[in-house]
Amino acid sequence: MMVNNPIRKVINFYLEGFRNLPDWGVKVWVVIIFKLFIMFFILKLFFFPDLLKRDFGSDSERSKYMLEQLTTKTEKYD
Amino acid sequence: MIENIDLSLVNWSRAQFALTAIYHWLFVPLTLGLSFILVIMETKYYRTGSEVWKKITKFWMKLFGINFAIGVATGIILEFEFGTNWSKYSWFAGDIFGAPLAVEGIMAFFLESTFVAVMFFGWGKVSKKFHLASTWLVAIGANLSALWILVANAWMENPVGMLFNPETARNEMQSFRAVLFNPVAMEKFFHTITSGFVLASMFVLSISSWFLLKNREKEMALKSIAIASVFGFFSSVALIFTGDISVRTIAEVEPVKFAAMEALYEGDRQAGLTLLGFLKDGSERDGFKEKDIVARIEIPGLLSVMTAGDRDAFVPGLKDLLYGNEEYGIMPASEKIERGKGAREVLASYKEAVESGDELLVSELRLKFEDRDFQENWFRYFGYSFLKRPADIIPNVHAIFYSFHLMVFLGFLFTLVLVMAWYFSYKKTIDKKRWFLRSALFIFPLPFLASELGWLVTEMGRQPWLIRDLLPVTAGVSNISASAVQTTFVLFALLFTALLIAEVSIMVRQIKDGSKIEEV
Repeated sequence: MMVNNPIRKVINFYLEGFRNLPDWGVKVWVVIIFKLFIMFFILKLFFFPDLLKRDFGSDSERSKYMLEQLTTKTEKYD
Repeated sequence: MIENIDLSLVNWSRAQFALTAIYHWLFVPLTLGLSFILVIMETKYYRTGSEVWKKITKFWMKLFGINFAIGVATGIILEFEFGTNWSKYSWFAGDIFGAPLAVEGIMAFFLESTFVAVMFFGWGKVSKKFHLASTWLVAIGANLSALWILVANAWMENPVGMLFNPETARNEMQSFRAVLFNPVAMEKFFHTITSGFVLASMFVLSISSWFLLKNREKEMALKSIAIASVFGFFSSVALIFTGDISVRTIAEVEPVKFAAMEALYEGDRQAGLTLLGFLKDGSERDGFKEKDIVARIEIPGLLSVMTAGDRDAFVPGLKDLLYGNEEYGIMPASEKIERGKGAREVLASYKEAVESGDELLVSELRLKFEDRDFQENWFRYFGYSFLKRPADIIPNVHAIFYSFHLMVFLGFLFTLVLVMAWYFSYKKTIDKKRWFLRSALFIFPLPFLASELGWLVTEMGRQPWLIRDLLPVTAGVSNISASAVQTTFVLFALLFTALLIAEVSIMVRQIKDGSKIEEV
C-alpha cells in the first residue's frame, strides 16, 4: 500500500527497520537499553545528583556558595 | 569547604573520571575512522555498482554499528561526573564548557542518529545516492561531534575568550570565536581525528589479515586492505604532521607539560629530542623530585628546532619553570603563587564588600576584574593561590615521559606497517606474506593503547590543573565523601567490564560469521 504522508513514511521506515533487525542488531539493542537503564535510572538517580542544583534553589545562592569556596583561606592550601 | 577536601577524594574522583574516559575512548576513535573508511567503500560501490563492494561495505558497517551502539552515550557518564564530583569546576567554567558540549549533544543526536538509521535500515529502501550521502553525513557528523568535545577540553588547557565575573563566581564567554578557534582546539581536533583514522585502518588491516590467515573471505580481505592501507598511510602522515604542530603549541602554552613529555629538567639552547630514555629517581628538594635520565638516545638540537624553528632557541626545563629563569623572562612558580593569592584577596574583598553592602567598593572591585592589567598579571594566576608549594606545578613526569614516547613509537610503527601493507597489496603478494599477516593481527590492540596513551599525556600533563593556571583539581572537586566515589568507581568498573565483554563477544561473533549477507 502506498503511503504518501512523509511523517508516516519516516515512522514506517523506522518500524520496518526495527522489525527486521538481524540477530546481532537485537543483541546490540538489548545492550543499549540495559546500558541506558543503568545509566539514567540507577546511576543518575541514585549516585550522580547535580550537587549545586540539588543543594541550592537559585543561581545567586550557587554563586554565593562558590564565592565562599573560592575565597576561604585555609591552612591546607594557603 | 575546601579545607574538608581530602586528597583521597581528589584521587578517587580523578581515577573515576580516568576510568570513564578511558572506557569511552575505546569506542570513539574507531567510530571516527571507520566511518570514513565506510565512505570510501560505499563510494566504490556507488561508482562501480559492484555487489562485492556492497558486501564489503555492509560487513564493515556491521562492525561499525556494534562499536557505535555500545559506545554511544558512554560519554554522558562524564557529564554526570561533572555535576557530582566536579561541581565547583563546572560552575567556575560556566557556559564556556557547557556551550560546546550542548552543541555536540544536539548535533550528535540529530545528525548522527538520523543518518545512522538510514545507513542501517535504508539499504534497498532509499536511493543509492541518498544512502551514500547518509554515510557521508554520519562520518562528517561523528567527526564534527568530536570537534565540540575537543574545543571544551582545549579550553581547559588554554582558557581563552572569557571573563571572570566575581558576582556569579564563574567565567562568562566573551568570544565564541576565540573559544572555537583556540589554536589548541584546532590542533587537538586534527590530531585526534587523524589518530582515529589510523586506528580504524589498523583495525581493518588486522581483521582482514585474520581472514587471509584463515583462508576465508579472500576477496573482501584483499580489497579492504587495499583501502585501509592507503587511507591509513596518508592518515598516519597527517597524524605525524598534526602531532608536530600540536607539540609546538603545547611547548608554547603548556611548557610544563612539554618539559615533562621530554623529561627535560634543565632548560637548554640546542635542546635535543629524546628518542629513547630511561628515568630513575634523583634527588628531592622542596617536594620536587628530579628524575635522572640514565640512558638517552637523542637527536641534538632537534627539540629547539621543533619548538621554535631555530636550533639555538632556548627550551625551558622543569627547573626553569619551577624556580624561574631571569635571563629568559620565566617567572618562578613562587611568584605566580603570590600573584594568585593577590587575585584571590581581591575576590575576597569583593565578597566582603557585597556582604557589607558597600556598593561603591563593589563596583570599584568589579571593574578591577575587567581591567586588562589585573587579568593578565594577577587573575591569570588565580589557581596558583590554591597550591601548597611551588613544586605542586610539576605533574607525574615518569608517566608522561613514557606514555608520550611509547605513543610516538607506536605511531611510527603503524606508519611502517601501513606502508608495507600498501606495498604488498599493490604487488598482490600480501596473502602470501603470512609473517606480515600474523604481525598485523598480533598488533591489533596497539592502536587502542596508543590512542589512550595520547589522552594520558594530555590529561596527566595538565595536572595539577583542571583549568590551566586558574583552577587546580583540589579546588574544583565537590565536597562529597571519598567512599561515595569509591562505590561508584567499583560500579563503573563492573558495568564497563560487562559492556566491554558484551561488545567484544558480539563483534567477534560477527567477524567469525564474515560477510554473509544479512539484510538489516
